[in-house]
Amino acid sequence: MAPVVKIEEIHKIYDSGEIPVHAVRGVSLEIHRGEFVALMGASGSGKSTLMNLLGCLDRPTRGRYLLDDTDVSQLDRNELADIRNQKIGFVFQGFNLLARTTALENTELPMMYGQRHHSSREMRQRALHSLEIVGLSDRADHFPNQLSGGQQQRVAIARALANEPEILLADEPTGNLDSKTSVEVMGVFQKLNGQGITIVMVTHELDIARYCKRNLILRDGRLVRDELVQDCLQADEEMRKLREAEAAAKLTSA
Amino acid sequence: MRVINTIKVALRALRRNTMRSILTALGIIIGVGAVIAMVSIGNGAKAQVEAQVASLGENVITVFPGSFTAGGMRGGWGSMSTLTVDDSEAIRRETVNVLGVSPEMRDRAQVLANGLNWNTQIMGESPDYSTIRSWPIASGAMFTDQDVRSVAKVAVIGKTVADQLFPDGEELGQTIRIRNIPFKIVGILAAKGFNLFGQDQDDTVVIPYTSHMKRIARRPNINSILVQAASAKTIEKVQQDITDLLMQRRKGREQDFTVRNQVELAQAATATSETMTVLLSAIAGVSLVVGGIGIMNIMLVSVTERTREIGIRLAVGAHGRDVLLQFLIEAVILSSLGGIIGIALGVGFSELVSLKTGWPILVSPTSVVVAVAFSAVVGVFFGFYPARKAAQLDPIEALRYE
Ligand SMILES: Nc1ncnc2c1ncn2[C@@H]1O[C@H](COP(=O)(O)OP(=O)(O)OP(=O)(O)O)[C@@H](O)[C@H]1O
Ligand SMILES: [Mg+2]
Repeated sequence: MAPVVKIEEIHKIYDSGEIPVHAVRGVSLEIHRGEFVALMGASGSGKSTLMNLLGCLDRPTRGRYLLDDTDVSQLDRNELADIRNQKIGFVFQGFNLLARTTALENTELPMMYGQRHHSSREMRQRALHSLEIVGLSDRADHFPNQLSGGQQQRVAIARALANEPEILLADEPTGNLDSKTSVEVMGVFQKLNGQGITIVMVTHELDIARYCKRNLILRDGRLVRDELVQDCLQADEEMRKLREAEAAAKLTSA
Repeated sequence: MRVINTIKVALRALRRNTMRSILTALGIIIGVGAVIAMVSIGNGAKAQVEAQVASLGENVITVFPGSFTAGGMRGGWGSMSTLTVDDSEAIRRETVNVLGVSPEMRDRAQVLANGLNWNTQIMGESPDYSTIRSWPIASGAMFTDQDVRSVAKVAVIGKTVADQLFPDGEELGQTIRIRNIPFKIVGILAAKGFNLFGQDQDDTVVIPYTSHMKRIARRPNINSILVQAASAKTIEKVQQDITDLLMQRRKGREQDFTVRNQVELAQAATATSETMTVLLSAIAGVSLVVGGIGIMNIMLVSVTERTREIGIRLAVGAHGRDVLLQFLIEAVILSSLGGIIGIALGVGFSELVSLKTGWPILVSPTSVVVAVAFSAVVGVFFGFYPARKAAQLDPIEALRYE
């Protein structure tokens, strides 16, 4: 079966500043349907740049990108927008939710620009379903500033899921979260991956990467390691362990 | 179908930023309201002055005694008048394009009737007076040429005099005593209001000029001569003809009269109202600019936030034109709402001023269109132009915008 993502010798050079920054230097990569990939690397190694390229939010300076067998480097702005809308769910490092807009309306956003028309009721139901997946259906009418960081992160995930994408790209989805909430989010990802969605996520933390099936390490814009994770952690199990540890701590402190 | 969603998106965006929406609309409201109010008031004042000018009568020429051209006002007006009834008769006989002539006598006198008394202006005129001054008789009739010839003791009275002397009405046919001479009321003049100089024109009693000369003033000369020219086109020719005729009658003596038309008299008064209109228009213009700057500020202040919003929308699959359409719809909604409220406030304020001053309100459609269009253009430009720039960015650049 053809890979969902196939990039060949991809480069990104930022030349907006005084000296051009070569952020991604010839990365080649194939990601197949159903994979769950963690992208790791030091700060400034080009992870976000690569994710933005994969998410069709930015264009490579050089190289080829085949998404589902379509060469996206050849597409125009509107066609790229449609790809972002239909095939990709993107979770930003900084959430990027619309302010003063409820969790539900934020989640509905991709449906507003979809090719298929949904009635208001349909949109609402689908958005509610997405929120349910991330365990936030009881916060549907809350504004972002009434939600915790982890909850906002989960609204961002729900929004990414709204149009049922083939591939979910998440840039440091656990970057701002405490370890327990991080495990919660990884649980959501594992569940989605179990349903067949391909996931690529950026993380700094090694133990978070161990929830994924495949780990990539980027250094100075080059892919330096690509390995399968032997014994993946299971979020459910880790969650149980955490709760037990918490209970024990309470027992001892009491 | 995307259009319906975009309208929905625009409405949500307006609701989400209630304060910004209100402030933007407020800029438009102030601009539009001020322009409409100022222009209406200016127009109303001008129309009022024009109405007063018209109340002087149409194409009216006045011949005054004394000359403004040779040696100043010799003798002054009235006291040692050099104009005679013969002059007036000569004009009537020999000048063409003249619709009416009235030799005028003027004196103030105490008038008694009904046990009440009132000091008022007693005018001696010919029956043409009513038509020359476009001053209809509300009830009864104007006295006649026969009354003039027979030096009849008849009078036509103004509304104010009627109200003062006959509070219960029923004036017609009653008798008033002027300098103790009884005059029978044959007609009541229609109410005319104040003239350009603020005098109550209805505070008057009009009697045949012969009666005035023989019974009231007891003077051989008249105060002035009113002449009505046939049309605006002939007015200057008639003026010249009158001057020539009277000079000829003076047989080489110095000019001792002045011929003026009503336009010349009105000019001073209209000049004032024109100054006011210019002033009000300037105020209106300033308000419009201030409103526009308000709109601009609000739009520009929110550019960063809106650019990020655009970045988010582009990132989840909006096309550039979806975003532009959204901003356009927002601008149109705000402009039309602000415009409608502004029109309502502007018209309301004009009505209020009209109520207080008695001026007619004349809402000029041009001012409405100009004000609304200007505000809408400002709103659309400053809302739309940054949005257009943002919509052309790559989503990632828009999201990074600071
Ligand atoms: N818009 C830009 N213009 C110029 N240089 C940029 C731009 N964005 C990123 N860079 C540079 O590209 C390199 C890679 O940046 P990138 O954001 O991809 O790193 P990262 O791996 O995501 O780092 P972090 O873990 O801190 O998020 C860095 O050296 C950064 O300074
Ligand atoms: Mg990054």
